[in-house]
Parts: sequence; C-alpha cells; structure tokens
Amino acid sequence: MKQQSIKWSLLIVALGAVLALSACGKKKEPPPPPPPPAPPAPTASISVSPNSIQAGQSASLTWQTSNATDVSIDGIGAVQPNGSQSVSPTDSTTYHLIAKGSGGSQEATARLTVTQPPPPPPPPTPTVTDEDLFSQNIKDVYFDYDKSDIRGDQQSSIQADVQFLNAHANISLTIEGHCDERGSTDYNLALGDQRASAVKNALTAGGISASRIKTISYGKEKPFCTESNEACWQQNRRGHLVYQK
Amino acid sequence: MDESARPISRLFSRLWPVSFRGATLALVFLAISCLLSSALFAQDWVKTGTSLGVAKVRLAVPDFKASTGDPQNAALLKTFNDTLWNDLDVSGVVELVSKSFYPLQVPGQPPEVNFLAWNAPPPDAAMLAFGSLGVAAGRLTVQGWLYDVKNQQSPQVLGKQYSDTSSDAAARVMAHKFADEIIFRLGGGITGIAETQIYFVSDRSGHKEIWAMDYDGSNQHQITHLGSISLAPRVSPDGSRIAFSSLTKSGWEIMMFSLDLNRAVTFPHMGGTNLSPAWSGDGTKLAFSSSRGGEPEIYVSDASGGNLHRMTTAKGPDVSPVWNRKTNAQIAFVSGRTGLPQIYTMEADGTNQQRMTDQGYAVSPNWAPNGQFLTFAWVRKYGPGEPGASDLYLMDIASKQWVQLTHDGGRNDFPSWSPDGRHIVFQSSRSGKEEIWTMLADGTKVQQLTFAGRNTQPNWSWK
Repeated sequence: MKQQSIKWSLLIVALGAVLALSACGKKKEPPPPPPPPAPPAPTASISVSPNSIQAGQSASLTWQTSNATDVSIDGIGAVQPNGSQSVSPTDSTTYHLIAKGSGGSQEATARLTVTQPPPPPPPPTPTVTDEDLFSQNIKDVYFDYDKSDIRGDQQSSIQADVQFLNAHANISLTIEGHCDERGSTDYNLALGDQRASAVKNALTAGGISASRIKTISYGKEKPFCTESNEACWQQNRRGHLVYQK
Repeated sequence: MDESARPISRLFSRLWPVSFRGATLALVFLAISCLLSSALFAQDWVKTGTSLGVAKVRLAVPDFKASTGDPQNAALLKTFNDTLWNDLDVSGVVELVSKSFYPLQVPGQPPEVNFLAWNAPPPDAAMLAFGSLGVAAGRLTVQGWLYDVKNQQSPQVLGKQYSDTSSDAAARVMAHKFADEIIFRLGGGITGIAETQIYFVSDRSGHKEIWAMDYDGSNQHQITHLGSISLAPRVSPDGSRIAFSSLTKSGWEIMMFSLDLNRAVTFPHMGGTNLSPAWSGDGTKLAFSSSRGGEPEIYVSDASGGNLHRMTTAKGPDVSPVWNRKTNAQIAFVSGRTGLPQIYTMEADGTNQQRMTDQGYAVSPNWAPNGQFLTFAWVRKYGPGEPGASDLYLMDIASKQWVQLTHDGGRNDFPSWSPDGRHIVFQSSRSGKEEIWTMLADGTKVQQLTFAGRNTQPNWSWK
C-alpha cells in the first residue's frame, strides 16, 4: 500500500516536472521579452495644390498616411488613409490631418490661402451698382384720377428719391408720366406730361439739379397693368422714375 | 356751372329759321329741328328717319348691266353696284327703293326704260339711276343715267360716262363719282363725299401708325412706317399733307407727312410734349398743344412751324385745339384748368376764352363745316357711382344747347365731320375694341369701317 502511494507521488511529481519543464522551456525561446511588437508609429502627410486660390475656385487636397487606423481631417471628418478630394472654401483654411494608429498619432497640416476675387470686371461695376442702387432705393410716385399734384402719402417717396439722388450726384434719370386707360388719348398725354413735370418739380425743390432730369409722357400708351379696375388704374397713374444710362 | 349749357329743348327751334338760311345747310339741322317740335323737355335721344316728316326723293337703283362679254365684268359689276348703293344709302339724301319692288326687266340703256314699271307702285320711284359697265381691251367703261321717271317728256337729269384702265379700284372710283353726281342733284347742291378720305391711327402693323382709307372703309392702307407711336393725324385742307404727333427720341413732336412726296417733311422740333395739331381752314396755320414752356398750352404757328405764338396760359392741361373752319376766327379746345377736362372756345388770337360744357369729362371737339356746331366726346354724368358712358354730342355754339348723338354703348370719341357737314366719323369701342365708325350727323346710318386691330382718332379729309 505504501509502495503504491509512493508510485503515485512519483508520477505526480514526474508529471509536474514535465509540465514545469515544458512551460519553462517555452518561456525561454524569445529570450528578452520584446515588448508587445511595438506597433510602428503612423506617418501622415497632407498637401494642397495649389495652395492659394480665389474664392469660388477649388483646390485639390491630397494626403497619405501609414500605420494609421483612424484618419480624419478637421472640418472634413473621417477619411480614408490615403486619398484626395477637391475643396473650395470661401476663406483661407488650414487643413489639419490627424492619423491615429496603435503606434500613436501623427498630425500634419496644409494651408490653403483663399483670396477674394478682384472686384469683378471693372467696367460693369460702377454702372450696375448705380443702377441696382437706383432700383432698390428710388420710389415711383402715384397720383389720383385726373390729378397731377403730389399726394400727401407720396411725399415720403419724393423724400426718399431726393435723398438718394442727393447722395448719388452722378445719376441722371427720366421721369415717365403715365395715366390710366380712362379718358381721351390726347388729354391723357397732356396729363402724363403734367405728372412727370410735377415729380420733376418736387425733386428740384429738394435740391436735385433739373439738368439731371428728363421728362416724357406716355399718357395711356404704355400701361403697367391692363385690367379695368381701380387697383390696376392706380398702378398706371404714376410718375415712373427710370435710371438714365 | 354755366347755366346756358343745357339740353336742346323747345328754345332751340327759335334758332332754326336763322340757322336754316343757308340753302345747303346740314340735314342734321332738319333732323334736330323736326325732332324738337315734339321734344318738350330735356330730350337727348335723337332717332330720325321716315319719322322726320321730310319727304326724301324715292330713288330706284337697279344693278348696272354688263355691256360687253368680258369675263372681268362680273366682279367689277359687283364692286360698282355695291359701292354705288352704299354711297347713296349712307348719304341720307335719298330714300332708296328696295330692290324687291323692282320689275324683272331692268334697263341698262335709256331705250330700255319702262317708265310705268318704275313710277307706279310698287316701286313708286321718283328717280331712277341705271346704266351699264363693260371691259373692252383692258379698259373699263361705265355709262350711267339719272332719270326723272315721272317726267316722261324730258326724263334725263344726268348722263355720265367714265373710262379708265380696268381695275377694281377704278370701278369703285367710278361708282363714287356717279354717286356724288346724283347726290349733288338730289341733295340741293350738296357736294358728295364719295371720293373723300379718312385718316386714322391703326396698330395692326404692331405699332400705332397713320393709315388712310376711302370714306366707306375700302382701300385701307398704311401711310407712316415710323415704328414708334404716331397719333392724331390731321389732313391739310388741300389734302397734300398730314400733320400728326409722334413719339421721337426727343419726345412727342409734331410731324408733317407729304402725301404728294409720300414721305415725312421737315417740321421743327418744339421741345416738351407736342400734341394734336389742327389746320386752319385756309391751310396757313397750325394750332397744337405744347408743354415746351412747362404746362401743356395751346400754340399757333405757321404751317411751316414758324412764327409760334402761345394762346393760353391757364394752369392745367390745354389740348386738342380745332379751328372754326368756316370763319378761321375761333379755336375750340380742351382744358383741365378747373379739374376734369371741359370744352372751351376762344378767338384765334387767344382772347375771349369761354367754357362751353358745364360738367363731366368733355374732350375731342370738332367743328362742323358750317361753323355753327361743335361735336365732342362727353362723359356727362361723370362721378362716383356714375360710371357714365363716353358719348358724342352736338352743341350749338351760340346757345350752348346740345343734343346727344350716340346711344349704342362703348366709349365713343374723336368725332370728325365730313366736308358736306352731314356725316361724322368717330371711334367707338361698342364692338368690343376701338374701331372706326361713321354715321349721319343726326346719329343714324351707323356703319363700322374698320375691323382689323385697334383703330382710333379718325380725321375726315376736307374734300
């Protein structure tokens, strides 16, 4: 019985030794523990070409990374490790690339300078601007039936016109006198003439030089609106101020 | 406002004997006077006709017959017969006997006239106009006679022969000439109007241009080709020039077109807005409206545009002058000096300005050839809630009494008298859009002359 338990002990020991030996043997093969195979640090580069554009134009943004698992560009978001894309920012922009990998992270930047376009073709600029300003600021003057005196509620239009024309002394204009469809052709032409003159007189009273103002009557020859109702007639009873090129 | 301006009433009949002195006086006066005998109060609806009580000559006008075998005859006969019938019908001088009363056999030559078949009922005609038409060797010849069929001994009142190169236009002219001869004899010496012209504005080319047509609406043709807006044509008394107003690069200017040269001729630019030129009866002067001095005022110049004189000074637009063509001593015009436009008269030197209408919206005066009447367009009951219609009125300038001539709806404007003082051409929208119409000066025999496009501002030639 005793002999038998010794046998068992030996066996256990032997097994344990074998186990221990085998374990120890494995440990020993890569001698120094090469620390977790140090993942290589990512690399990253980014460039933009050209690096200077005018607003409205586009540039090509190109980047390369390696050893990165997570690549993003500020303002664009996650991107492929390598790639390129077209960009057209309105202002100068620094593209900031971050490449993250197990080996760390790497950053790279590229700057795209955006210049504002030169004021578009110079010739149109002044005229277009004046004409646009004219149409934005100038107000037509409306009249009562068969009347050519400036109505009280139209004084604000006259004032706005005077203010604008005083501030833009280079602008000349034509005042068209218009009438509604009622009444006779000839009389309406004379009435339209008086309406145009009334607006001209109001402007010159406000300090606008008469030499900047032409008048013409269209009577009822060129209506703005052709229906036979008061709303339409009112549209047609007016002094229409037209920018003079 | 002006108490003497009122509808014609019995008072008017007092004027009648005075006004009626002229042997050739307008039929309109007969019409009005007769109407007045029964119209006691404000009466402005004039419809006359057989109720006139004035017996008109019963005239039978059988179709002319072909005198040759030319194949063109049929078409030319239709033109001739239609034109002659229409001329006589609208003249208002005769009573045309309906063709349904005519005998089966109608004459083409004097020997073929069967007096009894015409001078007894059913035709019961007093006069018979007949004749023949034929083309031979390219020439059209018309022979026409007017017979007094109640006078078998000496029936011929008129015998005429016309010959010209064959054409539809020639057939029409011959019919007009023959009609005028008949009207002259049966109308107490009234000169016919069948060869007169009407000038007007039409937009049918895409722009408002000056056009012309025969008085009956045929032969409509374009005069100006300015591609702008041309208005208010007025033909000179001698028929050689048309003055009108046109939108030029420098604004509305008076322009002059020579019908002899078929082109525009020089007329000085006045500056401002220049409108509605009018010829004096002797053709030496023009009156027109100009705002060259600021306000639209009436000016008078020589026919060349020189020697300019300002006639009015009132505030408010002054437009549409027209001379008293009989005397050349007065000018009627439109003024807005008191608000809505009214008719005024003044001496030709600008003095004695008098308001003729007392209310509403009155424009477009035109002086009758006899110098006694003004016609004009008037929205008499103008005001809120009273839309009123623009109708034509006739006013006796001495008494300021008036009578309404149109009642048939639409906007009626721009009356212009025929040279014989018996017809008025005008613009009306009664058909749906502005067209040219004519009527007898009493408002009857209304006819539409234009149908294409919009046609406005007619002006009847002086002869």
